Amino acid sequence: MRLYALAVYLFLYIPIGVIALFSFNAGRHAAQFSGFSLQWYGKTLANPFVVNAVKTSFTVAVTSALLATLFGTLAAVALQGVRGRLRLFYDALVYVAVMVPGIVIGIATLIALVTVFDTLNPLLATLFGPENPIQLGLGKGSLIAAHGLFTMALVIIIVRARLQGMDRSLLEASADLGAPPMRSFVQITLPQIAPAVLAGFLLAFTFSFDDFIIAFFVAGSETTLPIYVFSSIRRGVTPEINVIGTLVLAASLLSLITAQVVMRRRSH
Amino acid sequence: MVNQTIAELRNVTKRFGAVTAAEGLNLAIFQGEFLSFLGPSGCGKTTALRMLAGFEQASEGDVLIDGTVVNGVPPHQRPVNMVFQQYALFPHMNVARNVAYGLNQRRPRLARADIAAKVARALDMVRLSGFTDRRIWEMSGGQQQRVALARAIVNEPKILLLDEPMAALDKKLRHDMQIELKSLQRELGITFVLVTHDQEEALSMSDRVCIMHQGRIAQIGTPEELYDQPQNRYVADFIGRSNFIAARAVGRDGERLVAEGPGGLRFVARAAEKTAGEGTVTLSLRPEEIRVAPDGAAGEGHEMRVTHRIFLGEHVEYHLRSAALDHLIAVVPRSTDIAGGTPGVGVAVRVSWRDGAALALAED
Ligand SMILES: Nc1ncnc2c1ncn2[C@@H]1O[C@H](COP(=O)(O)OP(=O)(O)O)[C@@H](O)[C@H]1O
Ligand SMILES: [Mg+2]
Repeated sequence: MRLYALAVYLFLYIPIGVIALFSFNAGRHAAQFSGFSLQWYGKTLANPFVVNAVKTSFTVAVTSALLATLFGTLAAVALQGVRGRLRLFYDALVYVAVMVPGIVIGIATLIALVTVFDTLNPLLATLFGPENPIQLGLGKGSLIAAHGLFTMALVIIIVRARLQGMDRSLLEASADLGAPPMRSFVQITLPQIAPAVLAGFLLAFTFSFDDFIIAFFVAGSETTLPIYVFSSIRRGVTPEINVIGTLVLAASLLSLITAQVVMRRRSH
Repeated sequence: MVNQTIAELRNVTKRFGAVTAAEGLNLAIFQGEFLSFLGPSGCGKTTALRMLAGFEQASEGDVLIDGTVVNGVPPHQRPVNMVFQQYALFPHMNVARNVAYGLNQRRPRLARADIAAKVARALDMVRLSGFTDRRIWEMSGGQQQRVALARAIVNEPKILLLDEPMAALDKKLRHDMQIELKSLQRELGITFVLVTHDQEEALSMSDRVCIMHQGRIAQIGTPEELYDQPQNRYVADFIGRSNFIAARAVGRDGERLVAEGPGGLRFVARAAEKTAGEGTVTLSLRPEEIRVAPDGAAGEGHEMRVTHRIFLGEHVEYHLRSAALDHLIAVVPRSTDIAGGTPGVGVAVRVSWRDGAALALAED
């Protein structure tokens, strides 16, 4: 049994370990380790395409995570007030949003966005004349929208769990001591759910930063880091890809571990 | 003392769906008194308290505070404060910020120095002066309870509401806290309304006790009134212990009701207000009103046999039986214990009671 478990773990982690190891490779072949060196890190980070892709990914991830956190938190708080059947219905919707495969979300979002753009662009054109300054199209905006929508469901689930674990009598005590509802929310509810909000943000960020499938459909001409890796891998696995893989892995792990730590912290 | 009314329930009923938690409550709460709602779990005590705090709105009737109808007024606009059963202290604030919370909600804002001074005084009153910077989870249960108390009294509420505040404390601590709470109330002169299911707690601290039974008020009165003049069997049974004897009213002797019990036993009973002068009545006879003498002693009495004898230290409790009376409990002080040693199980004794010891209760 132990051996079996060991085998499973090896199978899971050896490829990842190999990528990390080979990112420090001194040689120029991706499959042959010929000494330890940081030279590929230097080269990768000097590559303007990589730098641009990182910038795009980072901008999209931060913006979409911020939006998802803001609206997800508000939605979670609002859902607290919904009871009975309707509540079940909303809960189901949220869980479905998380479980739908990325490819379906990617295609669905693409179709939805393209349809909206095709309807709106002629309207905008008639509104602003021939030099229409606002041309809707796929790009950072659509990436942010798609990622934001999907990760909002994650934030709702995390914040909801925290809200449900919160002692209701704290809000009653706050009201009893003279705080109107909005002030109770700011002074009591927000501090209580802050760890969950932060964890939700980090998870949303990680999801967006790593995502390839949804981005592939809605990115338009933008290149995120995963899209860059995908396109360059067609020219074979280079040490550069190992470096990017290792960096993305490190960033994601850092973010996920921080989220875990924040969530585990006691409620004060 | 002039009984000035600070709050009032007028015909208040509260329903939760099909459940009627409180029904037809009529009650005036007096300025400066210590009033307790007493009753078993589920009898509507908390509901009554929460209607005063504003967390629940009455389905029918009016709630008045300081002469104004407050139906529909939300909790944050009511001049009352509550000590919650689990304290509900804010875990992300230290002790001083918890206590200052209510003062910080005032508009226009109070001066910082005023708030600090009031907080210090409140903490001093509950003997927590050195604890301002402590985190809540660093405090013991008893200390948390005192923080909750300080957080409420610092606002100088018209009424302080307490929902089973001692339930989470161990027995020794609870007793100390009862005394502390009572003296705090005297010192502050604030009206306290306490909810408890512990009759000893209610009787020892309260000026008046409101006994509740299935959502209704069974009786309101001072602890002495409730003990000496219970108006119905429920109260007589709930406050202290009593022997209940079915009897038939046979006449009156001035204020007293003459009744005949089983086996022709004669009782001259005090009569509760609503008792009729004839027909069947239930007599309540407190165990300590019963005299126990050795068999064959001089004087009248009813002969009974000891079925159990329980030593209680100061007192001895006898369970007695005769052909007429199935089961009678008598509690006799040890100092006046029966001459020639205490009778053991199986021994015959002579049992008697003075006129007016028994109380005739209304049928309920
Ligand atoms: N929010 C509520 N919803 C439904 N039923 C309630 C609610 N609060 C209290 N009740 C019911 O009302 C009755 C009285 O409750 P409560 O006032 O809490 O009693 P007590 O404090 O004397 O134990 C109980 O039967 C309880 O189940
Ligand atoms: Mg209760």
